[in-house]
This record gives sequence, C-alpha cells and structure tokens, in this order.
Amino acid sequence: MAGLPKPEELISKVNLKKMPSKKWMDTLPVEFKPGFYCYGAKGKNLEYVEFPNARDWSPTDPDWKLPEDWKKIVIEGIKQRLERFRTFHVFMDICVRCGACADKCHFFIGTGDPKNMPVLRAELLRSVYRKYFTVGGKLFGRNGGARDLDLDVLKELWYYFYQCTECRRCSLFCPYGIDTAEITIIGRELMNLLGLNTDWISGPVANCYRTGNHLGIEPHTMKSTLEFMCNDIEEITGIKIEPPINRKGAEILFVTPSGDLFADPGIYNAMGYMMLFHEIGLDYTWSTFASEGGNFGFFTSLEMAKRLHTKIYEEAKRLKVKWILGGECGHMWRVWHQYHNTWYGPVDFLEEPVSPITGTKFENAKSNKIVHISEFTADLIRHGVLKFDKSRNDNLIVTFHDSCNTSRGMGLFEEPRYIIKNVCNHFYDMPDETIREQTFCCGGGSGLNAGEIMELRMRGGFPRANAVRYVREKFGVNMLANICAIDRATLPPLMDYWVPGVRVTGVTELVANAMIMKGEKERTMNLRMEPLPGKEEQ
Amino acid sequence: MAFIEFKGKQIEIDEDGYIQNLDDWTPELAEYMAQQDGITLTEQHWEVINFLRDYYQKYQIAPMIKILVKEMAKMFGPDKGNTKYLYGLFPDGPAKQACRYAGLPKPTGCV
Repeated sequence: MAGLPKPEELISKVNLKKMPSKKWMDTLPVEFKPGFYCYGAKGKNLEYVEFPNARDWSPTDPDWKLPEDWKKIVIEGIKQRLERFRTFHVFMDICVRCGACADKCHFFIGTGDPKNMPVLRAELLRSVYRKYFTVGGKLFGRNGGARDLDLDVLKELWYYFYQCTECRRCSLFCPYGIDTAEITIIGRELMNLLGLNTDWISGPVANCYRTGNHLGIEPHTMKSTLEFMCNDIEEITGIKIEPPINRKGAEILFVTPSGDLFADPGIYNAMGYMMLFHEIGLDYTWSTFASEGGNFGFFTSLEMAKRLHTKIYEEAKRLKVKWILGGECGHMWRVWHQYHNTWYGPVDFLEEPVSPITGTKFENAKSNKIVHISEFTADLIRHGVLKFDKSRNDNLIVTFHDSCNTSRGMGLFEEPRYIIKNVCNHFYDMPDETIREQTFCCGGGSGLNAGEIMELRMRGGFPRANAVRYVREKFGVNMLANICAIDRATLPPLMDYWVPGVRVTGVTELVANAMIMKGEKERTMNLRMEPLPGKEEQ
Repeated sequence: MAFIEFKGKQIEIDEDGYIQNLDDWTPELAEYMAQQDGITLTEQHWEVINFLRDYYQKYQIAPMIKILVKEMAKMFGPDKGNTKYLYGLFPDGPAKQACRYAGLPKPTGCV
C-alpha cells in the first residue's frame, strides 16, 4: 500500500507496555500525524444540512475558524447532554480507572498510543467535565483530575474521538458497563456543534439528505445500476429478473446500504438479494428515496441520524408496505435496534412482520417492523424452502467476521453462521476471543473508512487481521464473510495488507452462488463471473 | 483550500487533487493534471476519460468499475474491457486516477 511501511515494520514498533515519559495532561499540543486524521468537512456539505459553523476547514490549519464563543458552546453542549442522557452523566462519574478496557481496544493494540486506551480516551472529556461540573474539579483543579478547556484540549478531543470506531468492545470488559462508544458519540456531537466534522462523514450525510443515499445515487442511476446487475444475473443463470422499484402496494420494502449498489464486492451481494427474492417470489420493492440503510448522520448527531432515518418510514408509509426487510449493514442496525424505538415508539402504520413464505412471525421485530436479511434467510433455510448446491462454493474456505454493530449491538451471532454452513462446505471460525460479542473491529467503522487514514485503519484492523491470519495458516481460509457494507469496503485493503490471498464477501453472495434456482441454466460462473469449481476448463 | 495554478487561473481542488467545481474542467486541464503525475494522455486514456465524463453527465456519479469494464469492452473490444488494461493506463486505479483527470468528484460512503 502506497506510503505505508511493510506490515512487520508497522507493528513491530508498537510497545503496549512502555510507560509514557510524561503525565498525560502534559502532552499537549497533540501532534496531528498524517494518516491518523480525516480531512475536514467542506462548508457546502455542512450548510446543506444546516450544521453549525459551515465553512471549509482543515485539521492541520492553525486557525480552525471557530465561533468566538466556542468554549461556551461546548460547555453548554456538555450540560445539555448531562441533563438529557442519564447514561452520559453516569459514565462521566463512575470510572475507577481499573484499566480492564485498556488492551481491549483495537486502536490501542495497533498504535500503542496511550490515549487510545478507552479509559484515557474517555478521561480526555471527563477531565473537562470535572472542571466545569463537579465540586472536586472546581476546587482542586488538576489535582482533582480536572483541566480547563482550551484550544489545545479541543484539538486533542477531536483527534482522539475520530480515532474510535464506536465498536464497543471495551464496554464488554468494563466491570461497570461504561460504554465508551457512547462517550465518543457525545464527544463527536460536541465537535459537531462547532462544525468540526470530517469530509468523509459530512459528504455522505449531505448526499443522503439530498438524494436518499450516501453516494448520491439518483433514481435513474439506481434503476440503471440494478438493471445492469440483472443483465449479469441473466448471463450467469439464464434467468431474467425485473427489479421492482418504488412499487406501491408491495408487501415489503427492502432497504440496504448504497455501498452495495456501487462498490465491489457489495454489488455481488445486491445481485444475491435480487436472486433470492426472485426465487421465493417475494412481493417486495426497492425505493429510490429510502435508498440507504446506513446512516452517517449517526456519526454527527442523534438529531441528524433521526432526520435521515425518518425517510425510510416515510417511504414505507407512502408505498403502503406491510413491513421492512433490511440488508447486510452494520451501523444501520445499531440505529434501528437501539435508537429507533426511543425516537419514535412503536410504529403504528406497519404490520408485525410475518414471512410470507414460511409464516414465521418475527417476534423480535414487533415494534420497529424491520427484519434482518440474515434472520429472514436463515428462516427460509430452516423451513427447507431453498435448494443448494454447496459444491459451487467448494473453492472457498470461509470464516465469518462478526460486525461490531450486529453482534454487540443486536446479538446476531448464529443466523449468519447457520446460513454459511448451509451453503458452504468449508467453514472455520476464528478464535473465540475474537468473534461474536468479542469481535474485533474492521478498523474503519463509524465513518473512519476514509482513504487518507489508511495507516490508522491498518493499525486498528490489525487484531482482526491477525485472527484471520491464524485461520488462514491453520485451515487455509481464503474468504472472509461478513454482513456489513463498511466491512466490505474496509476489509479488502486490510486483507491485502496483512493477510494477502484472503478475499471478502457478503453472506448473501454465498447464498446466491449455491442456490439452485427454478429454471436456471447449468451454472459455470459465480456472481463475480469467475469459473465455478470444476468448470474452469469450459 | 488548495488550488492548481493553470493558465493564470486558480482552480480549486480537494486534498486528494479532485477539482471542486466541475465547470472548471477542460481537456487541457486534464492533460496538465496527468503531466504532474508524469503521464502523457494518449488516445487510449481519452477513451476512458470521455466515457467517464459521458456517464457522469447522464448519471451524476462515476460508474462502478464493473460498468466501466463492461462498457469499454462493448465499445472497444475485450482487449480494452478488462481491469488489467485499465490499471496499465491508470496505475493508481481507474476509479481514482481516471476520475480525477475526468474532473469527477470522488465517491464517499461505504465504499
């Protein structure tokens, strides 16, 4: 990878046991290392969604072009959030600095930077909280763990809240259950109050607000893309599929991240969805308005997340569907599973999801009326609805990367594995302490999948890659499956760097490869148009 | 904000060198940008750049690589419709480098 040291060199210099020579409060100003921070937002994108302090800015500019009363804005912002979120208040108070979280963070493991220990990342903000909101902090200042909020402190907060992917692995090990991701989320909200957003996040947010998806795919483009995919499907299977788009009265609205309509290998997953739905005769529709499952607004402020999320339900209402089926995405499910009901309460204009094919009632989706594609597919398989030729995936030795949000955020562990085992003959899990609820982040979640922070991503993704390397050496694994579009974007370069020879796939792509469709011609190619095992000569 | 000085005009670019106002684009600018990377644009390069620009005109986004490859094959034959050929022309990748010369914005999101 251009500009990066060789993998061994990169990680050999990391020493997790080295004691820093200075106390952490004495290490300002923070050095902005290239490859560790994202580009600043463009004014036009901030303006588009009426974010505060819209202007072009760059993190390395000495002048961040902040409003004059920026300090007051941040402190008032903290106050409002302490009052609004009981969790935040508790998390600011209860940490005893036991350090159980320290070595659980992929960014600490990969960088060795003490401020990437979750305890210290949170302490960066806690120290400010103490100064302005606690008696001890006000009286004893630095001796009470408190410090003034000045420009150097603000820059430090920004730098480190954008070196956390909100994966929540640390919170799993915290004896108090402190969720450092929530602290990062609020930290980023505070930055948002000053217009300190990143380009990689604010661009998609503005796009999504304008067109309905992060990439800015307009309706006619989406239609042409889906049709292009269907042409490929016809070439591979001999079956012609007409993608249903904006169809009123369809039973189900299907929503998936727009990455699957644009980027390799997500596009094969999108083909897989259409093949699966065609095969079971599902009465569904795509929407060109609700054309994004992901929600980069969630990485700026909860209000923005809600503004983007709302369009999906508005569209469900307009199209008069009964319920929503959601594709393979990570943070989309965090929003849905953990925020949606707080924002809206139970949705009253949709029906409780029932699979029209198997009759299964998805009890867990009773209030928000959205079913995960892995739950849906696993249920189809369980009822014997689908027929598979697993040998079509025989060239693949597969392992599964649990996405942080679907595993720790919603407990979806078994369904994807059940599906993979039903469509592939060779599946091996990575070591226990790196999967399921203990899964390691891909290194680029929460809007940190920008190209300019490749070094940070390679470092943060190291623990995940290391576990993949283990199963590659032990079992010959050559395919890393996942159920998240950010994973599908971040894991390919991560694998190329740390574990060359391992490719990346969505789970539905594997399903569609193995699925025997009614009336299909003899298949010789997989969805990537590579020869199937045993068909290489033809 | 960074700029390219070109023909006495300041042309705004982002951190990765993509021009910010698509109206600033001219074929001469594309040639100048390529020169900066030590590349002389040939007819083969222009086939790709022109396709990207046409696609963008129609769809307001860069095409996914798969579409680029397939359309190149359709228009110019299989010799030119493959990623190896495209990477040969644009070593940093057709998605990034060719789009930059073509004056298209870079895609962002889960990509």
